[in-house]
Amino acid sequence: MNSVILRAGTRYLVGLLLVFSIYMLLRGHNEPGGGFIGGLTGATGFILYAIACGTRDARAALRVAPQTIAVAGLGIALLAGLASALFGDAFFTGQWLFLGGSETEKGLPLSTVLLFDVGVYLVVFGAVLTLVFAMEEEL
Amino acid sequence: METLMAMTIGALIGSAVYLMLAGNLMRFIFGLVLISNAANLTIFVAGRLTEGAPPLIPEGADTLAGTAANALPQALVLTAIVIGFGLFAFGIVLVFRAWTTLGTLEPDEMRLAEPPEARS
Amino acid sequence: MNAPVSESAAPAPRGNGWTGVLPVLLAALLFAGFASMLPAISAGNVLRWQAEWVPSLGISMAFLVDGLSLTFALLISGIGALVLLYSNTYLAGHPQYGRFALFLTSFMVSMLGLVLADDLIVLFVFWELTTFTSYLLIGFSHEAEKSRRNALQALFVTAAGGLAFLAGLILLGFAAGTTGISEILAQGDALKAHALYLPILVLLLAGAFTKSAQVPFHFWLPNAMAAPTPVSAFLHSATMVKAGIYLLARMHPALSGTGVWLWTLTVLGAVTAVYASVLALRQTDLKQALAYTTLMALGTLTLFLGQESGYAMTAFATFLIVHSLYKAALFLVVGCIDKATGTREAELLGGLGRAMPITALAAAVAAMSMAGFPPFLGFIGKELKYAGALAVASEPALVAGAVLISNALMLAVAGVVAFRPFWRPAGGPLPRSPREAPWQMLAGPVILAALGALFGLYPDVLQRALVAPTVVALSGTPSDVKDLKLWAGINMPLILSVATFVLGLALYAGHRRLRAALETAFSHVPSLDAGWDRFLQGLKALAAWQTRIIQTGRLSQYLFATFATILLGLVAGIVARGLPPLVPDLAGTSWIHVALAVLLLAGAGLTVGSASRIAAIAALGVVGIGTALVFIVFSAPDVAITQLLVETLVVVLVALALLRLPALPRDRFRPAHAALATGLGATVTLVLLAVLSAPLDRRLTNYFEAASWPEAYGRNIVNVILVDFRALDTFGEVAVVVIAALSAYALLRTTEGTRK
Repeated sequence: MNSVILRAGTRYLVGLLLVFSIYMLLRGHNEPGGGFIGGLTGATGFILYAIACGTRDARAALRVAPQTIAVAGLGIALLAGLASALFGDAFFTGQWLFLGGSETEKGLPLSTVLLFDVGVYLVVFGAVLTLVFAMEEEL
Repeated sequence: METLMAMTIGALIGSAVYLMLAGNLMRFIFGLVLISNAANLTIFVAGRLTEGAPPLIPEGADTLAGTAANALPQALVLTAIVIGFGLFAFGIVLVFRAWTTLGTLEPDEMRLAEPPEARS
Repeated sequence: MNAPVSESAAPAPRGNGWTGVLPVLLAALLFAGFASMLPAISAGNVLRWQAEWVPSLGISMAFLVDGLSLTFALLISGIGALVLLYSNTYLAGHPQYGRFALFLTSFMVSMLGLVLADDLIVLFVFWELTTFTSYLLIGFSHEAEKSRRNALQALFVTAAGGLAFLAGLILLGFAAGTTGISEILAQGDALKAHALYLPILVLLLAGAFTKSAQVPFHFWLPNAMAAPTPVSAFLHSATMVKAGIYLLARMHPALSGTGVWLWTLTVLGAVTAVYASVLALRQTDLKQALAYTTLMALGTLTLFLGQESGYAMTAFATFLIVHSLYKAALFLVVGCIDKATGTREAELLGGLGRAMPITALAAAVAAMSMAGFPPFLGFIGKELKYAGALAVASEPALVAGAVLISNALMLAVAGVVAFRPFWRPAGGPLPRSPREAPWQMLAGPVILAALGALFGLYPDVLQRALVAPTVVALSGTPSDVKDLKLWAGINMPLILSVATFVLGLALYAGHRRLRAALETAFSHVPSLDAGWDRFLQGLKALAAWQTRIIQTGRLSQYLFATFATILLGLVAGIVARGLPPLVPDLAGTSWIHVALAVLLLAGAGLTVGSASRIAAIAALGVVGIGTALVFIVFSAPDVAITQLLVETLVVVLVALALLRLPALPRDRFRPAHAALATGLGATVTLVLLAVLSAPLDRRLTNYFEAASWPEAYGRNIVNVILVDFRALDTFGEVAVVVIAALSAYALLRTTEGTRK
């Protein structure tokens, strides 16, 4: 895949896809999206990068090994679940914090639920990239 | 509509089983993908089908305006799709490894664990 | 039979250190502990100890000390201490002595647990523990194939009996409504009238008879002599084989007194006693001869447990102790002879009396007890046996005759084992010139033989201490206890005793001619031991045959069987629940729906029919997109997006991997597979239709819909379910994804065995 156009275009496309994937992740709680979809979208971006510029470049751009990302995501999801124990609730009970809330407006919602979704995002993102990178390199 | 889908799913399952029985690992993988799709559809259809009413609560409301599609099977199917992909990826790597190591895609020729000589 | 081989090598230079001493101390401590309970038990008390174990099932760790269990406990720990002391010298410097001591001590403790247990489940656990530990002990010389085979044989026979025993215990606990043994014994009459009495009895007897090697399960015991001699002395005289006897005695108050009990125990016990004592005379290996006389003793004990009379109970209790004392002593003596001369062959041995005077004396005293000469305890035991035999409910003459024959044969065997080797000229040159055994090995035989003599002179001590409490434990009434007396006047038992002496001495005088005659006679009798080998071969052939039929090694056949089984299960479900309405309900079906169905069907059909990889993969893509369209049309945007993204990734993986694999071979039409696939597809459709015809339970969905925004602050209900309501499930699922990815990664990075 030594197309100059593809390579030049990919730079922008990957950035766009990554931003879009995080947008999908964040809006997921209220509209279609979420960690699974966001993770898959983000992974697609990096796969495109790997196809265009090679896995070596893609790995360098990622900086962290994808399997590390996947396992870290699993750890984050677990932490998000365990956090509720600090507040005396059962595991995986959502904990919420609303920043700057008022009578009419709830403000910016921060929650362990969002943290959990981030974990899911990282797991899917890391796992897919682990597979695809390894297959591209080995096969 | 559910009746039509039930019949379609039956056809998908039949095709998948026929492919998986073919005795060739690539066809087995094809069958695996088909049967995963069929299984997801089965769960989805069993939760009944609703057109044009996704389970999204409109802005400003506390609950759904009217009846919406069943959200529970959707959540189940969503994770099933991702896991199905994981299984498919693992299967494909396994098949590839089998081919590079054993030089065949016919499982009946892979007799490392149960070599034919052992049968007396 | 088996040629006697000396198992003890040249005298070892070094000892066993603390591994040798510690077990002896433990056993001695246990013995002292049990001995301290003697006064309480002799006074007619019963000691109990209990702790909760499985309260939900009503099972408790309950232990009970009464006359019967204390008699056994004292024999086990006392003989155990002497045997351990003996072994420490007998196997001095053996590289695996630590293992031996561990096995023997564990066996002793298991056996103690068995006789003290007051709960059926506890009893069974210890029962099985004795089976395992005795297996390890019999197979201790595991380098020898014969040793392994015989250990396995003992394990199979006793473990098979143990299974029957377990079934019997469960039925018994079910019938009695409790697993507490004391409670069960208290309701004997109700049990005897219970519908399950016969099955319980048969199963328990199967367990007891295999453990105690009664005919027809007797063949494993002589083979178990593959164990080192101290093990034989311990397991096969005093303890393990008596576990079955103990069980019969323990259950005697609850289960005895019926015709089945009486006849089964009487007939099998008598047959075993006579048959085994005939076989004992046939042996030239001293250890084998003793092994068969053990069978005889077990048969006699079984015979008396079949009865109800006080004489029979007293005879049982006395002979139990008599036998343990002299048999353990004689086994240990044989070990001394073996160690000193290097052989156990009766035809070779002779003239050892001069070189081994203490061994000879111990042997003589023990043998006098075994032969039943006055004033030894054996004489009293024999008198009581005759009294018990004459008091049996029916056919006393036959039973007394059986006891007479076996006693006379015992006398002859006692002469062969304990008289001939010491006081008759040797039959040939011995492998080693004999020397007296060291004191550690003499302690056991001397003490045990001396006890036999002492109790013979002071029988009332033994009677008060152990025999009377045991009889009370058996029959519940102190009036059943008969006196132990050396001189009871001229009566029928005394006359029978005299007859025994005459017959026994005659048998001893002619035992070599008799042995030759028996040899010819038995050469025509098929041996059960050979039958055992044929049975095992048959079992292996059966296993190989069914493996050939079921496990062909062909993956496609396994897969076929799996799908066929699924089909059968689904069909069974439909048959059980009834067919769903088969009229197609196509109301509300629009052209879009039909188009979707056609798309999916076309994709599936193309995947199956295509001979090229690319076409098949493209067709699979059609099915994937079709599925995504179904999700879109039927209001599942999240699922549809996920499905589409996954489809993209599938294409990537396929492009990477599948296209480097060889082209698809031609697929011939496979009618059987097509039939199975069609059947399975149709059945899934039917099941789905049945599901759809039932009303939908929307309770969960309703809750999620209502709580999504107010409680979880999310408007996308599917996502809220995933990350909040059912987050633990999702966590498990993402963990699976990680594992799948890492496994595939590991598989790819393994370069070993790669063919380029």
